[in-house]
Amino acid sequence: MAAPKVGTFTTGLVPLPAENVDTDQIVPARYLKVIDKAGLADALFHDWRFEADGTKKNPPFVIDEPRYAGHGILVAGDNFGTGSSREHAPWALGAFGIKAILSTSFADIFKSNALKNGILPIVLPAPLHATLMQIAKEDLAATVTIDLAAATMTTPDGATHTFPIDRFSQKMLLEGLDELDYIRTQSDKITAHESSHPGTINTLQPNAPR
Amino acid sequence: MPQTIIEKIWNQHVVDQQDGAPAILAIDLHLVHEVTSPQAFTGLRARGLTVRRPDRTVATADHSIPTTPRNLPIADEMAAAQVKQLEANCAEFGVPLHGWESPNQGIVHVIGPELGLTQPGATIVCGDSHTATHGAFGALAFGIGTSEVEMVLATQCLLQRKPKTYLVRVDGTLRPGVSAKDIILALIARIGVGGGTGHVFEYAGSAIRALSMEERMTICNMSIEGGARAGLVAPDETTFAYLKGRPHAPQGADWDAAVARWRTLASDEGATYDKEIVIDANTLEPMVTYGTNPGMGLPISGTIPNPADESDPAAARALSRALEYMDLRAGDSIIGRPVNTVFIGSCTNGRISDLRLAANVLKGQTVAKGVRVMVVPGSADVKRQAEREGLDAIFRNAGADWREAGCSMCIAMNGDQLAPGEYAISTSNRNFEGRQGKGGRTFLASPLTAAATALTGVIADPRTLPGLAR
Ligand code: SF4
Repeated sequence: MAAPKVGTFTTGLVPLPAENVDTDQIVPARYLKVIDKAGLADALFHDWRFEADGTKKNPPFVIDEPRYAGHGILVAGDNFGTGSSREHAPWALGAFGIKAILSTSFADIFKSNALKNGILPIVLPAPLHATLMQIAKEDLAATVTIDLAAATMTTPDGATHTFPIDRFSQKMLLEGLDELDYIRTQSDKITAHESSHPGTINTLQPNAPR
Repeated sequence: MPQTIIEKIWNQHVVDQQDGAPAILAIDLHLVHEVTSPQAFTGLRARGLTVRRPDRTVATADHSIPTTPRNLPIADEMAAAQVKQLEANCAEFGVPLHGWESPNQGIVHVIGPELGLTQPGATIVCGDSHTATHGAFGALAFGIGTSEVEMVLATQCLLQRKPKTYLVRVDGTLRPGVSAKDIILALIARIGVGGGTGHVFEYAGSAIRALSMEERMTICNMSIEGGARAGLVAPDETTFAYLKGRPHAPQGADWDAAVARWRTLASDEGATYDKEIVIDANTLEPMVTYGTNPGMGLPISGTIPNPADESDPAAARALSRALEYMDLRAGDSIIGRPVNTVFIGSCTNGRISDLRLAANVLKGQTVAKGVRVMVVPGSADVKRQAEREGLDAIFRNAGADWREAGCSMCIAMNGDQLAPGEYAISTSNRNFEGRQGKGGRTFLASPLTAAATALTGVIADPRTLPGLAR
């Protein structure tokens, strides 16, 4: 499984002005019975997008509106991705074509899961976030350019804003490096730590009869 | 420098810390279940890797399995395939499995403590956000994504940044009818569902010290609903008494040495936290949620808030939307709202003490006509214990449904679910839109409040129950 690689991209915005969007909305639990990562694009925001009989809602949910087709940046309300740890949420967002999410804050586990899948969770100050939400609603031709190497975002007015991203995640995504490979380069240190910290947990062998 | 328990556990587990990079953190216990692990095992296979420490890994099936009698096959083909995949993965990689027919099966966060695997001072992870439950033992326990499950399987380590610390001090004494669930719902109502983001809670204070281990688990369980990835309580005599003699707890001289080590974990006098909050247990009432996130909760005597009273427009919008989804009217009291279903179970409140509380209310009574009452034990062990005590008979005689162990209607993956538009009062932890079935509506509450509601069919204040004993 190749690690995701992210560089510079330019794309349109999709407004989702709801606070505390939880991962149960991003991918409802009944779609978690899959044993692979494929085919989750239809599960994305499923219950906000589809009627009980499986047809698309009319009027459609925002990500299905034809005027937002192909737009890859979601502008969402505060505390996006709250709730369950399901990585199915970023898998589904990625499968649908979302490359970045702009919000004023993200839930911790979602943020970590998104970065591992090459989706940028970008935290913006409230005024800039509000401006972009407005643009997303009103100016369909507007695009934003995100340059991960520079950690900048160029908004439709031509202004360039830097955004916070930790240096480590930035480097991993720019170079397409894999976190598991990185940990494995330190396996001597892991072995040393294990022998100096033997611990008392053993799942294979109970100490006492039940 | 004085340290908090969070910093002590963190420091003892840092394997490596490179400049600018997150720490490589050693993991003592990795809990695995059928829903968030298949893609991780597939990843291992693709890389040609093995599970580094099967002796620090344990699996069970809980989320998607039916709670109907175990001698019936799993009817849902996808759920059956997922459980089969877990069995195949565990067999191939040597991971011990308490499978869906095992006497030790149960919700992953119920069986870890039961088996004595959850121990103070440990780092514990699981591909599940309610891993915070294990913090009740003074462990640093948090949920991870599936990519991280793969990392831990392969290396028994994770990349992590040091969390910030948040002291939640609960002082005073709970009044009769008010329980651990009400403490945590009150905290979340005060700080909001994002209030603890980036932090780990340490629960302290006289009201926390007075709680049993099962009550502490209820509180730590919902740390994630307050935005914190983990929450913990420093271990004390209550912790050691619970653990002693459990199957995987240390024995003999090892036990004595372990307890001596665990006693050093408590936060030092004068340790400082990034954030603090104090809650007065004396003033707490039973809590109920009225909205579509766990922060939308109120004391049971309260009335449903009005979006017009919200000064923040985003909060007003969220509240309007929640009331619309719940079909509730601002200004109405929450007591007296009718429910279709009562769900007693989950990793928040599916342990034996929870079932005893509910049974105590339902004993010799009958549930309200037309109300479906489901009691789902958190584990096979809880189920056996409840049956030894005759609780199953109490529930059945009252007209409740007594089921096999699992997550059940907490997440509604297994067929136990609400119909669109139905209301449930639930002892679980999430009231998100559709969480308990598409279109279903959830009121979160304690087992006492849920049981009182079962008797009347409308949300009822457990403090009005005759002979209420806490
Ligand atoms: S009982 Fe509910 S919250 Fe707990 S592990 Fe199962 S699905 Fe998750």
